[in-house]
Amino acid sequence: MVYSEKVMEHFMNPRNVGEIENADGIGEVGNPVCGDLMTLYIKVQDNVITDIKFKTFGCGAAIATSSMITELVKGKMIEEALKITNKDVIEGLDGLPPIKMHCSLLAEEGLKAAVEDYRKRKENK
Amino acid sequence: MGGFIYLDHGSSTPTDPRVVDAMIPYFNKFYSNPSSVYKFAKESNEAKENAREKVAKLLSANPEEIVFTGGGTEADNFAIKGVAFANSKRGNHIITSKIEHHAVLNTCKWLESQGFKVTYVGVDKYGVVDLNELKDAITDRTILITIMHANNEVGTIEPIQEIAEIAKQKDIYLHTDAIQTVGKMSVDVNELGVNLLSLSGHKFYGPKGVGALFIKKGVKIDSLLHGGYHERNKRAGTENIPGIVGLGRTCEIAMEEAEEEENRIKTLRDRLEKGITEKIDDIIINGHPERRLKGTLNLCVKYIEGESMLLQLDYNGIAASSGSACTSDSLEPSHVLTAMGIPPEVAHGSLRFTLGRENTSGDIDRVLEVLPSIVKRLREMSPLRKD
Repeated sequence: MVYSEKVMEHFMNPRNVGEIENADGIGEVGNPVCGDLMTLYIKVQDNVITDIKFKTFGCGAAIATSSMITELVKGKMIEEALKITNKDVIEGLDGLPPIKMHCSLLAEEGLKAAVEDYRKRKENK
Repeated sequence: MGGFIYLDHGSSTPTDPRVVDAMIPYFNKFYSNPSSVYKFAKESNEAKENAREKVAKLLSANPEEIVFTGGGTEADNFAIKGVAFANSKRGNHIITSKIEHHAVLNTCKWLESQGFKVTYVGVDKYGVVDLNELKDAITDRTILITIMHANNEVGTIEPIQEIAEIAKQKDIYLHTDAIQTVGKMSVDVNELGVNLLSLSGHKFYGPKGVGALFIKKGVKIDSLLHGGYHERNKRAGTENIPGIVGLGRTCEIAMEEAEEEENRIKTLRDRLEKGITEKIDDIIINGHPERRLKGTLNLCVKYIEGESMLLQLDYNGIAASSGSACTSDSLEPSHVLTAMGIPPEVAHGSLRFTLGRENTSGDIDRVLEVLPSIVKRLREMSPLRKD
């Protein structure tokens, strides 16, 4: 199993790692028992995701896909961001080994969970 | 950045140049099929029997009790399936442990699909097979007990002698997968009291694709491979003479050098273990504190995942391995660590260093220099670590 250069580059230098204090939405997906857990924090202003950060427990692919989704999403309108699928994440990374495909779903689901959390919080305000 | 540091000798080892030298004439000079009648075949036939004597000597066995195989997996398959089918009139029950290598576990699972019953005995927190559970599992239908000599992931050495006593009393065959111990510590088939024992060349500086099965005289066993009359009709197929010669030479060298070498390796391993324990918090050292292979260090680093550590070690020129699910084709973490009671999320963060002949003190320094910062970086990224 060999990762693409792009995966390794994102894994070694992940973008947007960390937490956002007073985040507008937080998505937590995965399960440490299964070997991956991702927490995604978003900041939203005028329906635009202005900031995004992640923390991930997982393999090289899980960290690289987390990093990739933050890059794809940052600065996008929420509706646009939700159109991003795991396929876009895989393409952005120049592919993933077959047994690592599920990691890209983690990224997509993480984003959806964070947006859902944001919308819920907004309704309750 | 330093050079390449190989700390994965439990997976494979570099073939000793003296072994390679011994093998070469049997590729291009004495290439005959040893079964042929002409004089030219004599050389390869003698080389084969010579190698058999060397393997036997290392194990304190008789040469007639050694059958060459195409590696360790074949030896395990041969022992387990061969005994199971040859003794199926006597019974259909096999006892093994939950921490065996997949060559044993998956062979047993396949036998279950063929109508055999298998009991998978548990282990304690150090990975030592539970002897009471093993005793209780025995029925009058039990024909074989197969327990590894030392575990490949954590290095724990199993109480084979005690198991042999139990097996002997009940007249049950005992097989041990000694693939991790042969050539690394004293392995004497009489002292151990086993009926069958598997070994593999490439785990102790021999060639890949060659191994052997010790079959004590009198053991009822069926062949795995059928064909010509090779290996006293126990294993068909033209013999891999270069490989067999290489295995013989490997055993000869191990006999002379292994003990001293293993003590040197243990000193390095102990320093690595101590250094990691001092420099990194929230880790668990896996395996038995004393009854453990001298070159094996297996640990769990909490809050992070094994493959991500391996990739960063690799980036720094260090080759190690992990029982992490992500380094295999399954999504389950190490069956060995989970059988030892380690929670799955912790088992995902395992690292295995297996030291060998080329390793130096400088290699240990290098790991102790880079590993703490790798762990720190990954932990900063982890949502599990709440500082």
